[in-house]
Amino acid sequence: MSEIIQEEKQKGGKKRPKKGTTHIDMTPMVDLMCLLITFFMLTTAFSKPKVMEIVLPDKIKKDQKVDPPKIAESRTLNIVLGPNDIVYWYPGKADPAALMPLQETNFSATGIRQVLLDRNKALFNKIEQFQKDVISGKVNIKQDSLRSAIRKLKNDDDTGPIVLIKFYKKAKYKNLVDIIDEMSIVGIARYVITDITWVEESMVEHALGSHPTVAPPTAKK
Amino acid sequence: MPKIKLPTKSPRVDMTPMVDLFSLLLTFFMLTATMVTSEPAPIDTPSSVSEKPSPDANIMTVVLSSDNRIFFNVDNGPDTILHFRSKILEEMGKRYNIVFTPTELRKFEKYGTSIGVAMEDMKAFLAAKDTKVKSAFEKGIPIDSLNNQMAYWVLYARQVNPAVQAIIKGDSNAEYPLVKKVLDILQDKNISRFSLITNLEKVVVVDAKK
Repeated sequence: MSEIIQEEKQKGGKKRPKKGTTHIDMTPMVDLMCLLITFFMLTTAFSKPKVMEIVLPDKIKKDQKVDPPKIAESRTLNIVLGPNDIVYWYPGKADPAALMPLQETNFSATGIRQVLLDRNKALFNKIEQFQKDVISGKVNIKQDSLRSAIRKLKNDDDTGPIVLIKFYKKAKYKNLVDIIDEMSIVGIARYVITDITWVEESMVEHALGSHPTVAPPTAKK
Repeated sequence: MPKIKLPTKSPRVDMTPMVDLFSLLLTFFMLTATMVTSEPAPIDTPSSVSEKPSPDANIMTVVLSSDNRIFFNVDNGPDTILHFRSKILEEMGKRYNIVFTPTELRKFEKYGTSIGVAMEDMKAFLAAKDTKVKSAFEKGIPIDSLNNQMAYWVLYARQVNPAVQAIIKGDSNAEYPLVKKVLDILQDKNISRFSLITNLEKVVVVDAKK
C-alpha cells in the first residue's frame, strides 16, 4: 500500500533541502472508517419502539364490597377472543339456560371492526368530524388539547356500546393488542377487560365443536 | 505511424473529500447511536396504530417470550449515579437471603439485557462468563403463587424508583393465561396504568358506511 514518491531531478550543483511532499497515504484510515460506519449503521436503533397505553381498573380487595356498575343490557357487546385469531361476539347478556350461538368473525377490516363501527357510528362520526374541523381550521384548538377534547367527546357519549372483552384460554397476546387497537381505531368510549365466565367458555367450546368452516362476514345488523 | 505515447500518470486518487465525508458520517452515527438492545429470546412484538414513543428512562419491562418464559428488565434511572439496578438486586438478595458482593452488584448493573433467572441461580449466572452457560440459567422468572419472584421484582423496582413505569413487551404468540398472570401481578402491586410495546402498523382507513 505504500507508494513511491518520485524524486525531482536535481539540476545544478546547489543542494536545496528536499521539498517534503504533503501526501499521506489515507487508505488504512479510510478502511477503518468504512468498517466503523458500517458497524454503527447496523447497530443503531433508529426508530424507537412504540407503546400503547392501557389502563386497568383498580383491583377490588376481597373484603371490599363494591356494587357492580349498572350498565344497560342493550348497550353491552361481549367479545370473546378464541384460538387461531377467531373473534366471537354476542350482544347483551349470556343466558346459562339457553346457550346463545356466538357470532364468529375475525380481525380484518370487515370483521370485528365493522361490527364495532356499526354500533359506534354516532361517536365515530362525531370524532371524525371534529378532527376534520381541526385540520381545516374551523375549530381553533391547540394540538395538546386535542386529545383531551376527544376524551371529553368520548366521556359525554351515551349511545355507543359498552364492550366487555374476554379471553378464551387459548388466546394469544397478539389478540389482546389487536382488540385494544380496534377499540382505539373505532373510538369506543367504554371497554373493559374482564375474566371469562364458565357460560362463555362453554359457548366457545360449543362453537369450536360445531366447527363452522367459513366465517361469514358479520356486517349485517 | 508512430505510436502515441500516453504520459504515465501516477494512479493516485485524492481521498481527502471522501475522508471528510466519512468522518462526518462516522461522527453522526456515533453521536446518534442508541444501541439495539438484544433480548435473550427473540421477541416479535405485535403491531398497533399507536404512535406514542416509549420513554427513555424510568421504565421496567416485563418481557414475555413465545415459549412462555418471563424476563424482567429495569433501567438505572435517568442518571447512572443512581445505581437503581444494583439497589434492586440488593433488596431482592435480602428477601431471598442471598448476599451479593459489590462486584456482583456492579456486574448486574452493567448487564443491559433483560434477565430471566431465578434468584437461586443469580450468583452462578453473574459468575458465568460464557453466554452459553448464561443462557442455560435463563429459564424465566418464576411466577407461580408459591414462588412469585416476579411480584418482588416489581415491588422492589417500585420501592427503589417510585417514578418507574411498567411496560410489557410480549411476543405475538405468548399465551393469554400468562399475560393475565402478569397483569394480575401488576394490578396486585397497584399498577393500573402501563404500556404495551408494539410495532407501528400502517393505519387502515376505516370506511364507515354512511
